Amino acid sequence: MGIVSPGFQGRPRSQEPALPPGQYLTEDFPVLSAGPTPRVSLDTWEFVISAENGTEYRWSWQELMALPQETPMVDIHCVTHWSKLGTTWQGVSLDTLLDGVDTGAHFALAHSYGGYTTNLPLDDLRGGRAWVAHTFDGAPLPAEHGGPARLLVPHLYFWKSAKWVRGIRLKTMDEPGFWETAGYHDYGDPWREQRYQGD
Amino acid sequence: MATGTPARAPIKWQVARLVERRVETATAQTLVLEVPDWPGHLPGQHVDVRLTAPDGYQAARSYSIAGPAVDGPGGPRIEVTVQRVPDGEVSPYLIDVFGAGDPVEVRGPLGGWFIWRSEDTAPVQLVAGGSGIVPLMAMIRARRAIGSRVPFRLIYSVRTAEDVIYADELRRRVRDDFGLDVAYVYTREAPDGWRGEPHRIGLADVNTHGWPPDLEPQTYVCGPTGFVEAVADLLVGLGHPSRRIKTERFGPTG
Repeated sequence: MGIVSPGFQGRPRSQEPALPPGQYLTEDFPVLSAGPTPRVSLDTWEFVISAENGTEYRWSWQELMALPQETPMVDIHCVTHWSKLGTTWQGVSLDTLLDGVDTGAHFALAHSYGGYTTNLPLDDLRGGRAWVAHTFDGAPLPAEHGGPARLLVPHLYFWKSAKWVRGIRLKTMDEPGFWETAGYHDYGDPWREQRYQGD
Repeated sequence: MATGTPARAPIKWQVARLVERRVETATAQTLVLEVPDWPGHLPGQHVDVRLTAPDGYQAARSYSIAGPAVDGPGGPRIEVTVQRVPDGEVSPYLIDVFGAGDPVEVRGPLGGWFIWRSEDTAPVQLVAGGSGIVPLMAMIRARRAIGSRVPFRLIYSVRTAEDVIYADELRRRVRDDFGLDVAYVYTREAPDGWRGEPHRIGLADVNTHGWPPDLEPQTYVCGPTGFVEAVADLLVGLGHPSRRIKTERFGPTG
């Protein structure tokens, strides 16, 4: 416990759901991104998984939509301290996309239209914990929230859920992404409050 | 983007104390905090502020640092400008309750992207919406503090003249800081003598008061999400490459 701030009570907490440390609840959907929002046409959109041996696995928008769809309802936690509970999405599980991908890699670097990158252990993309999501709250995902499609990895801070995702490079060595290079934590577990390097 | 991440020591929470408070507008105040072990920061970086209630409950928010650290008798001082969020949890406390000499926990500096590096000689354009001025003012103040001659242009969108944060200082800096231009856009009510009608920022504002793309400026846009989305789209439409446009957006951060 930190030093008590004289006169600070905070919000009533009797009905507060359990949140990761340092988070507060919001009903809005704030936006955090580092530059202009890329506009990506569905006609040219593609998603590419590149294995460490150079093999590439590609899906067009139509091909992605033809895959089995899931509708995860998840809590999301942003490193800027807000959390949003019970968000509903639709997308394709990374288990589905990785099925048939021949790899011995342990790391993944997600990359986006617009140049954003973020790194994760490949294991965190498996086991029903990660999706390429294209629908939020029953409607196409708006561009400012990462549409046409974003990565959804809700058990990590939300910067790991790369907006405008274009592909995933599978790697034998961990390579830090955009925010990870700028001082944010390599893994980003909200329940262990891994916000910044060294946490 | 640089590659490789150097191993870093944890950024620790430390106790700061309020040493001065300045009223900026009806809804915004600047808090000057004495932070004995402050390691220094770059213009545009922010700091996390954490409050703790008697029962151990904690609330933390990020605030942009408004200018360079200055030395005081008790150690370095940093300042943040807090905009009151209606029904907020942290900002009303910081504005109404937090008193001179009171302790608060801070952690920083944070954020290594939305920063101005003074060795970068490219012209700078800053586009602020409301309290989005704060990290941009930090850049203007840093420029002044080191005597930089990098040309700066600020376009500052506010509801009315009464909502301008740092109004007197901006007037003074335009007069005294060589190479700094400031243009205002009023969205609700323009002051007397203003040419034109109140309006949301548009292509003509950015085209007239910003730098042309062929000068390859570095652009920083900060404000509410809708504002940042609109301005970033305008800039891209004018031919500024996305990689030269850095944005920071804020939603509700009560």
